[in-house]
Parts: sequence; structure tokens; C-alpha cells
Amino acid sequence: MKLMAKARVLAAALGMGAALQAQAQTDLTVYTALEADQLKSYATAFEKNNPDVKIRWVRDSTGIITARLLAEKENPQADVVLGLAATSLLVLKDQGMLQGYKPAGVEKLSKKFVDADATPSWVGMDAWVASICYNTVEAEKLNLPKPASWQDLTRPEYKGHVIMPNPNSSGTGFLDVSSWLQSFGEEQGWAFMDKLHTNVDRYTHSGSKPCKLAAAGETAIGISFAYRGAKLVTKGAPIEVIFPSEGLGWDMEAAAIVKGTDKLQAAKTLMDWTVTRPANELYNESYAVVAMPGVAKPIKNYPTDIAERMIDNDFQWSAVNRSRILKEWQQRYDSKSEPKK
Amino acid sequence: MSAIAACRLMPVWNTEAFVQRALLLLGVLFLILGLLAPLSTMLLKSVQDHAGNFIGLANYAEYFTNPALFGSIINSLVIACWTTVIVVTCAFITAYALTRSGMAGKKGFRLISSLPLFAPSLLPALSMIYLFGNQGILKGWLPVDSIYGPVGIVMGLCFWIFPHALMILITAMSNSDARLYEAAKALKTPGWRVFLTITLPGVRYGLVNTIFVCFTLAITDFGVAKVIGGQYNVLATDIYKQVVGQQNFQMGAVVSVILLLPAILSFWIERRVQKRQTAQVSARAVAIQPESQPLQDNLLMLFCGGIAAFLLLVIGMAMYASLISFWPYNLTLSLDNYQFDMMDGGGWDSYFNSLRMAFWVAITGTAVIFLLAYLNEKVKALPLLRKTMQFLAMLPMAVPGMVLGLSYIFFFNSPDNPLNFMYGTLAILVLNTLVHFYTVCHLTASTSLKQIDGEFESVSASLKVPFYTTFRRVTLPLCLPAVLDISVYLFVNAMTTVSAVVFLYSADTTLASVAVINMDEAGDTAPAAAMAVLLMFTALGVKSFHWLISRELLARSQRWRHA
Repeated sequence: MKLMAKARVLAAALGMGAALQAQAQTDLTVYTALEADQLKSYATAFEKNNPDVKIRWVRDSTGIITARLLAEKENPQADVVLGLAATSLLVLKDQGMLQGYKPAGVEKLSKKFVDADATPSWVGMDAWVASICYNTVEAEKLNLPKPASWQDLTRPEYKGHVIMPNPNSSGTGFLDVSSWLQSFGEEQGWAFMDKLHTNVDRYTHSGSKPCKLAAAGETAIGISFAYRGAKLVTKGAPIEVIFPSEGLGWDMEAAAIVKGTDKLQAAKTLMDWTVTRPANELYNESYAVVAMPGVAKPIKNYPTDIAERMIDNDFQWSAVNRSRILKEWQQRYDSKSEPKK
Repeated sequence: MSAIAACRLMPVWNTEAFVQRALLLLGVLFLILGLLAPLSTMLLKSVQDHAGNFIGLANYAEYFTNPALFGSIINSLVIACWTTVIVVTCAFITAYALTRSGMAGKKGFRLISSLPLFAPSLLPALSMIYLFGNQGILKGWLPVDSIYGPVGIVMGLCFWIFPHALMILITAMSNSDARLYEAAKALKTPGWRVFLTITLPGVRYGLVNTIFVCFTLAITDFGVAKVIGGQYNVLATDIYKQVVGQQNFQMGAVVSVILLLPAILSFWIERRVQKRQTAQVSARAVAIQPESQPLQDNLLMLFCGGIAAFLLLVIGMAMYASLISFWPYNLTLSLDNYQFDMMDGGGWDSYFNSLRMAFWVAITGTAVIFLLAYLNEKVKALPLLRKTMQFLAMLPMAVPGMVLGLSYIFFFNSPDNPLNFMYGTLAILVLNTLVHFYTVCHLTASTSLKQIDGEFESVSASLKVPFYTTFRRVTLPLCLPAVLDISVYLFVNAMTTVSAVVFLYSADTTLASVAVINMDEAGDTAPAAAMAVLLMFTALGVKSFHWLISRELLARSQRWRHA
């Protein structure tokens, strides 16, 4: 009897504790295109200092998250977007879907990483850059020379040995295409891609996959991004990360509040965290170029002069032309559904 | 006194009849909400624009003017035809060997050939990468340049569909009359002629059925084509690309309607064939006792051995690859690939979500489907309603998973729908999976209910025993084997299905089978294979548990069968 009573009190106390906790905690739905292996450490770092806010990640590739946000325009499901390409956030801003907010301490960030408006709509976190993952073992077997430039990839000996991400789903794929169009000019850019297309074995859903396939020897050359390459080299994959001589396309990972969220306070807390020094140090574990100057330390298997190799990217141009470029790309290359011989 | 008794009895009878009718009505309502309403919403969406205005067939016109899209129709047909030809041929020979030959090791072959039923269709596709991919161990055996394309899809599908075909053909071949063969022997008919005039006609319905089942499974499958299809688009992957990749729901609906056509057509033909099928085996038929013919038996054994080797190779390769540290450069064994929390797709949570979902589908599904089948068989009232129910129960077989999943988005995500609260929860996944696999369970339940004499109900009624007591004390115990079969069928399929749920999971309800897709998309092939292997072993574990339990239970509750 006594035991029963005790158990009941305990149960009540537990139940109440859980109820209190549930009441105090805000679940924040955060749409993201960050890599899966980054999500845990970001959430842990943030929730350690803000135990009353819990992050619920919804992760997919850049193109998918962007399409999803646009599709949900009338009835947004996300509270915050974090770690999505700036070109995508610019599109959302044009659609009036972002809630302007000036995070505390945003002035410490480098100017080009913050939306120029007085109340910024988005705040940058870091930059990720295009690069080529080149499998030295397979290349030797197939007698493929090491490419030094983007143009090299159109040479006939690479036929069937190149894999790149589909820009419609992958943010890396889109920054490749937009940077080629910017650095070669529209006409030359499409001509380059026409030639590249004849060499491409297939287009993948995500930007990581070409590099992972190169690391696994499924292809000799994967067009991907530097972080993934560096990470796979560290893991022991026989690949070399190549930075083509014409310059590297890049995009910024950025964060923003979705207009209409009913958890504005919690969303602001998260935005404040994204501009802090510890957050930037965390970004630096994966990216060599981060929003806060003076934070970046060199990364293993990553060139130190990467900032100088990045092209002069016009985000506004990329954002305005985004849907036109993607449609054109799809019409030119996605329709060819027959497997290449 | 007796008048009072009668007065008291009448309402009881009325209540009972009322309950039966109400349950029947609820059942039909359930199938309308879970199947018909979502499908109708989808048909509607295919003739609307983004804003929801009626635009006639404009979406269809757009579809057929885009070669990238309608080219997939041909691709899907090519895949389905090749798969059907290969699978039906192999399954026919294997079924013949298992039922009509004196071959040794039949039990072992049957066991091995049922293994693919427990694997998600993604498993053979992932395995193909390690067998025939550019770093595959058997790359040199591949007659074409690349496994990423039609060859890979067909091979993966053959693995996965083979046991389905084999089961139907074994059943068809078991029911034959040995007297026909004896007569042929007495007349000295040559073997090829016996085959053409007795064997083949005897199984013709089973054969037609198998062909359509294979064709439908192949044309509607999503998992294999998604993983190994490369740049070769098929209808099922197109729906996914349109909906998930581009959030173009209207075009997704158009492709769905197009995918629905071949499935409905084969469903309709199959029903026609079923109707024309008459009893071939009379009461006086004599079961065939296969005689041993050494040459033929050895040849058949060689063939079955080849099939079994292929099946085991595919499963073994996936298992092996999932344990390799870094394919193909570091072949030391490790469990690194099972650290799902570092990968896309929801990590270990997704595995436990899958377990939870499969559990609920098995519990609620068995209850709902068996109860509705019972009402359909045993209640004599409301014939029109029962006919409707019968039709609705057969329909899910003809609806591809991708189509059902997309229909659920349209129907349940609409803010005007009072059931909108289900969207994004585990409940919608349970409902969707239950409906997706409804037909086979319904048929199993009906068959077993039909075996119980209707006299039980008449006697109970005259003894004034309410129908639910008869149901509980007579019907249910008698049908226990069928009930257990249904629950395990639902569990296994809920664990491994991917096509419908890929549209319906949310951040809190990620599923293991979807995680396999996501990990593969991100290029983590080995962890994807690891999860697929884990799913297969879970399903196998549940099946073994089911086998043990049912042996025990049957020994107790089915003693009458042997009395």
C-alpha cells in the first residue's frame, strides 16, 4: 500500500516534470541543406547555451529545400532556414518570405557576408567552394591525366569518367553552373557545358555524391566541393582535391527567419547564435572561409589560399536568373534519358 | 410473459443488426477515406494548375510535348517486359522442378527462394553496385558498359520479383490431376506433347496471373530504379523527381495517372481471367507423385542451383559490403557503416520509427482487415454496400505505391480537410501502408472465412447467441492461422516498403527504408546497404518468431483439423 502510494507520487512528479519541460521548451523547425555529419554538432552547440529551444532539422539538398520553401509559401512550415545557399535565400527574399532581423553582434561579421539592407534579411555563415575530386588510383588504371582546369574536363579522354551534381537538386551543382556562366560568359558557358555533357556519366542528386563516388573508385573524376574532398582525403580515400585554374565557383551558406513564424523569439535566439564566435569556429571545422574575420584556421588537406582562388561571384545575378538557368539546363541535359554508351 | 420476453428480445436482435450494419457502413467509409477520396483528389489535381484552377488537359499536353517526360513511358515498358519474360521463365522452370520432379533438396531451394520477400527492393540494387559497378567484384562478367541503367534495373527487379512469381506458379502446378498423365503415358504420348497439351493448359490461369503480377510489380517499383537507374528515367522515378525535386505536384499527378493505367489494365484483365477460371481439379483427382528421372532431375537441380546461387550472392554481397570499412581500398571488416547517426536519413531513430510503424500496421491492419472481411462474408444485409466494399478491397492491388503516397499528400495536406491533423504523423504512415497492402490480406481473410460453414451463424442466431460472441469464440479461433499470416505479412511489408511512404514522412517520422534512399542519394552507399541488410534481418526475425508462435498456437487451437 505504502509502496503504491510512493510510486504514485513519483509518477506524478515525473509527469509534472515532463510537462513543465515540455512547456518551457520551444521546438524550432529549421530547414537546412547542411551536411548530415554537421547537424549534430551544430544543434548540440546551440542547445547547450539555449536549453529552452530545441532544433528539429528538416534536411535535404539545396534545390529540394528551396523548392519546398517556395511550395509552402502560402502556409510556411519552417521557422528558420539555416545553412542554405545565399542564392536561394535571395530568391526567397524577392518573394517576400523572409523576416528581417539584425542579430546581436552582426557588425562583427565581414560586410560581404551580411545582407546589405539596414535590417538584414539574411546573415551569411561560411562559403563553400567548388572543386574536383580526382581518384589517383583509378586515373592511373585508366591512363587519365590530371585535369588542371574546368576546360580540361571536356577533353575526349575523360568521356564517361566525369560525374557531377544535378543543379536542380544540388546547391553545389547550381554554383558550378552559375560560376561557369559568369566566368565564361553565357554563350561560352553553355557551349562548355554542352561539351562537358558528352563526358558526364551521370548527374547525381547531391553535391557530396560525386566526390564520394570518386573516393570509392566508381568514377575517376567527381565535380564536388572542397570540404567533402578534404574530409574524404583525411579518411584515407585515394583522391586528390583539384582547384581548377579558371577560379572556383562558390556560394555562401546563410541563415534567415521565415516570415510568419509564431516562434519569433526562439528564431531570433538561433539567429543571434549564428553570428557568434563559437559558431564561426564551428563552421571553420568544415569551411576555410567563414563570416567572422580572423576566426578561420587552416583545415587539414585544404589549401590556405582558397579565398584568392574564388571567383568574383555576383549573387544577385545568380538569384535573379536562377529559375531561368535551371530550366535551360534541364531542357538541354536532363532530357537525355538514354544511358550513354 | 412471453410477450414481454419477445419485446425484450426484439431490441436485442435489432441492436445486433444495427451494429452489423453500422460496422459495415463504417468499413466502407474507411475505405472511401483511405483510398477513394485521395485517389479522386489526385485525378482532380492533374487537371488543375498550381493555383487550383481547372485547366482541362493542359498538364497532359505539357507532359506529352516534353520528350524528357514521355520517354519514360517507353523506358518503363521496356523494363517491365524484360523483367516479366526473365522472371516468368525462371520461376516456371523452378516451380516445375519443385512440384513435378524428383529433384533433391526441394525444401532448401524453397527456403532460399523466399528470402527476397524479406528484403526492401533497394537491397538488390545496392548489391548490384558492389557486384557489377565500376569497382564491382564481377565487373568483368557484365556484358554491357555500365550497370547504371536498364540492365541494372532489370537484374535488381528479377531478384526481388522472383519469389512472388514462384509462389503463384507453385500453387498452380500443385493442383494437377495425375490421371491425365497416366493416360498420356498409357497412350505413349511423347514428353514435349504432354507438356504442351497437359502441363501448360493446366497452369494457364496461374501463368497469366503470374505474368500480370510481375508486370505490375516491375512497372510500379521505385526503389530499384532510384538506386541503380542512373540517367535512365522511368515513370516511378519521374513522379519522385517532379514532386520531391521540383515540388511540381500537378505534373506528379499527371505521371501518376499515366502509371495508374497499366496497373489498372492488368488488374482488370486478371479479374477477367479469374472469373473464367473453373475448377480444374475434381474431387476424384489424384495428386501427382513426382517420379525421379535422373537426367531431367539433375538438369533441373543445376538450374535451381544457379538461381539459388544468384539470390544468395546478391544477399551475401550486400551483407559483406556493409561490413567493409572503405570499399574498395580498405577491405578490413568493421561496423562503421552501421553508425547511422552520422548519415543522412534520420539515423537510428528512423529504424525504430520503422519498427513502431510496422508494429501498428500489423496490429490495426489485422484487426480492421479481418473484421471487414468478416462482415463482408458473414453479414447478409445490405448487399449493395457489401459489393462496394468488395470492390474497394480489391482496388489497392491496382494502385502503385507512389500514386497512393502522392494522393495522400493531396488529400490530407489540404487545410480544408478535417483529417489534416494526421499529416506529418506516424498515423498517416500507418494508414497509408495498411491501405497499400490491403488486398492480399483481405483475400487471405476471405478465403479462410469461406472455409467456415455458414451454419455456425445460423445455429448461433437460433440459440440467441449474439454474432460477436460467435465471432470471438468460433470464427476467430478457427481463422487464427490466417490472422497470424496477415499480421506478419503486414509487418514485413511495412518494414520494407518505400514507394508510398517516401512522400509522407516528416522530420519526426523518418523511416529506415527512406533513410536507405537518402543515404544513397548522398553517396553513402555502404551505410545504405547496411540499413537494407538490417531491415531484411529484422523482417526475417519477425517471420521466424511468427513461425514458432504459430506452430505452438496451431497445435493448440487447430487440433480439430486432425481429429
